[in-house]
Amino acid sequence: MTADVRRCDFAVKARNALQDPKLRANFRRAMDGLMAKRATQFTDPEEWRALRARGAEARVRALAKLPELLERLESRCTANGITVHWAETTAEANTIVLSILQEAGARRVIKGKSMVSEEMHLNANLAAHGIIAVESDLGEYIIQLAGEAPSHIVMPCIHKNRSEIAALFAWKIPGQPYTENVDDLTAAARRVLRGEFAGADAGISGVNFAVAETGTLVLIENEGNGRLSTTLPPLHIAVTGIEKVLEKLEDVPPLLSLLPRSATGQPITTYVNMISAPRRPQEKDGPQAVHLVLLDNGRSRVYADPELRDTLRCIRCAACMNHCPVYTRVGGHSYSFTYPGPIGKILTPQIEGLDCAGDQPHASSLCGACAEVCPVEIPIPKLLVRLRAEAVEPLSGAVRGGGSARSLIESWGWRGSTLVFTSPLLYGVVARLGGWFGNLMPGWLPIINRWTSVRTKPHFAPKSLHRLAREKGYDHE
Amino acid sequence: MKTTRCIPEKPDSVYFFATCLVDLFYPAAGLAGMELLRRQGIRVIFPPGQTCCGQPARNNGHFEDARAVARQQLKCFPKAIPVVVPSGSCAGMMHEHYPELFDGQPDQAEAEAFAARVYELTWFLAHVCKLSLADRGPPVRVAFHGSCHSQREMGVRDEPGYLLRSLGNVTLAELQRPGECCGFGGTFSVHQPEISGAMVKDKLADIAASGASEVLSGDCGCLMNIGGALGKSGSPLRARHIAEFLLERSHDC
Repeated sequence: MTADVRRCDFAVKARNALQDPKLRANFRRAMDGLMAKRATQFTDPEEWRALRARGAEARVRALAKLPELLERLESRCTANGITVHWAETTAEANTIVLSILQEAGARRVIKGKSMVSEEMHLNANLAAHGIIAVESDLGEYIIQLAGEAPSHIVMPCIHKNRSEIAALFAWKIPGQPYTENVDDLTAAARRVLRGEFAGADAGISGVNFAVAETGTLVLIENEGNGRLSTTLPPLHIAVTGIEKVLEKLEDVPPLLSLLPRSATGQPITTYVNMISAPRRPQEKDGPQAVHLVLLDNGRSRVYADPELRDTLRCIRCAACMNHCPVYTRVGGHSYSFTYPGPIGKILTPQIEGLDCAGDQPHASSLCGACAEVCPVEIPIPKLLVRLRAEAVEPLSGAVRGGGSARSLIESWGWRGSTLVFTSPLLYGVVARLGGWFGNLMPGWLPIINRWTSVRTKPHFAPKSLHRLAREKGYDHE
Repeated sequence: MKTTRCIPEKPDSVYFFATCLVDLFYPAAGLAGMELLRRQGIRVIFPPGQTCCGQPARNNGHFEDARAVARQQLKCFPKAIPVVVPSGSCAGMMHEHYPELFDGQPDQAEAEAFAARVYELTWFLAHVCKLSLADRGPPVRVAFHGSCHSQREMGVRDEPGYLLRSLGNVTLAELQRPGECCGFGGTFSVHQPEISGAMVKDKLADIAASGASEVLSGDCGCLMNIGGALGKSGSPLRARHIAEFLLERSHDC
């Protein structure tokens, strides 16, 4: 295996997170709040069903025509004056962004929230070339101060509570006294960021939806930082994954309703930015140049498999992680990669390879809470199972690292159980043996001890239901 | 009590698919389920060739093994009568996942027809039998844990509560997080023992806070997990299949 083993440590990180009571309390409280807020938005099941069907349809249709729509997006954007760039890898995307900035002589960059830029490790790459990128989303700003990665795709600093943020600000922001007053903390960040906005040579943002029909980049946010980042500096660079395309402008409203309601329980975000062009001659504001960087980074491979393609429907609302009992307990950093929680568990192994992140599809009880709330109906549990299958036996060859979890012992184990379960005679013998000897098995045996660490051993019944049903005279045909 | 699934006429006879967990570890739950159906005047057929639904193999990505096990069940339930299952999870495997599992297979049509006949026990008792029991037990406060798959795959939401509330002396305690997984997840419990352990501990705390003296469920996987954790923690609370409880409360003795 050539995979980067340092990053394949979900179990270790999860174990550490479980033993951190503060972290667990922070996540529990935050996820409870987000779930409650979302619940207030979808009280009418009929409306929910109809709206999510529209949202899913728009995403499925866009993906079905993805190659064609990407070309249309490029031509419309180009016609509008937006320069479009294609990047197959994150390295290519970084090179593109860097060269645009260098050509413009930009030294300071203000950033709106973008998970794709996290995927690219853009800030670190720019820093290596002497360009300072400052995050302007409050949550992103906080974790940038702390030198951490986002632990949630919508609420990047959700793992921190108020007192931790207060201490961080007092330590990192010159002249800032320790205060837990949220208004004062926000004001402190605003003070710093106002200067950054004013002095930025360029703004970098993500994209929520890229509309092929009109060449429009839709960007939603609550703090106005996205609007400032994309209008104040003379240069705007938007980075996005190739899957964010929508066919028509009329596909935007249902998704614009589903996304914030699912994410934060807001009927709509405070700001909805629709960027179609750089500043036109008669206009008084806006950047002189707008660039769009379309990143593949493994998405084409995901796209190639008709079932796994559903992964790309995601609109990054994070409802799946907000409702995930595993994510709630281990937090976002346990997942090591950019996208945590259920969507990460299906996306990461496909991007990074099953040989690297193959443990993630198993970090689920398949409870289905994620699929239940997904606004675009991604069948996450089904895809988790599909990836488990790919890890033991490549079905399509579409997934990197397929077959990397193949184990002869395990395969024989399943084959053995299949022999028992396909032979009523053998099954009857095993049931008898279980009744006689099964309960003598000590709880400290390997694997069994993982169960008995917090539970008592299950008890084989002296007589199986097969025997009892016969004795009680139930018909057998 | 709303349901999105079409409610069939009450049949003369049904098949009973026990599930391997009930068969080997909780046969009393299975017997109770069969007895509740029999008391509704339904002939209950228990095909002896039945074993396991194949969910463990399927959930671990061993689709060939899962199909082989599933085919064994398809053979056992040939008549066009309902198959009643005392587990939302195993019923979900048969009802929801058999059609996927057999997609493109020569026996796809057979698997789909079978899947359409599969019902979860409490749903069947509530909607098809319209079960209403006379309570013969002393006052008691119970909590009900609805399994993830019973709720999300079989659409079992209000049915257990409807059955329990029909018992005059039974108070149904509300859980704070009724929709949250107990942490069982089949092999998840041994793949991720720490996370699973943390989940069941939280579920125990939720149950304890409800003031219930007993926790009921329609799924023996969850009961094995919750009951085992209760036992390990030394809690006096009891975990039982809802069928056993319903039968005991309504028994003429």
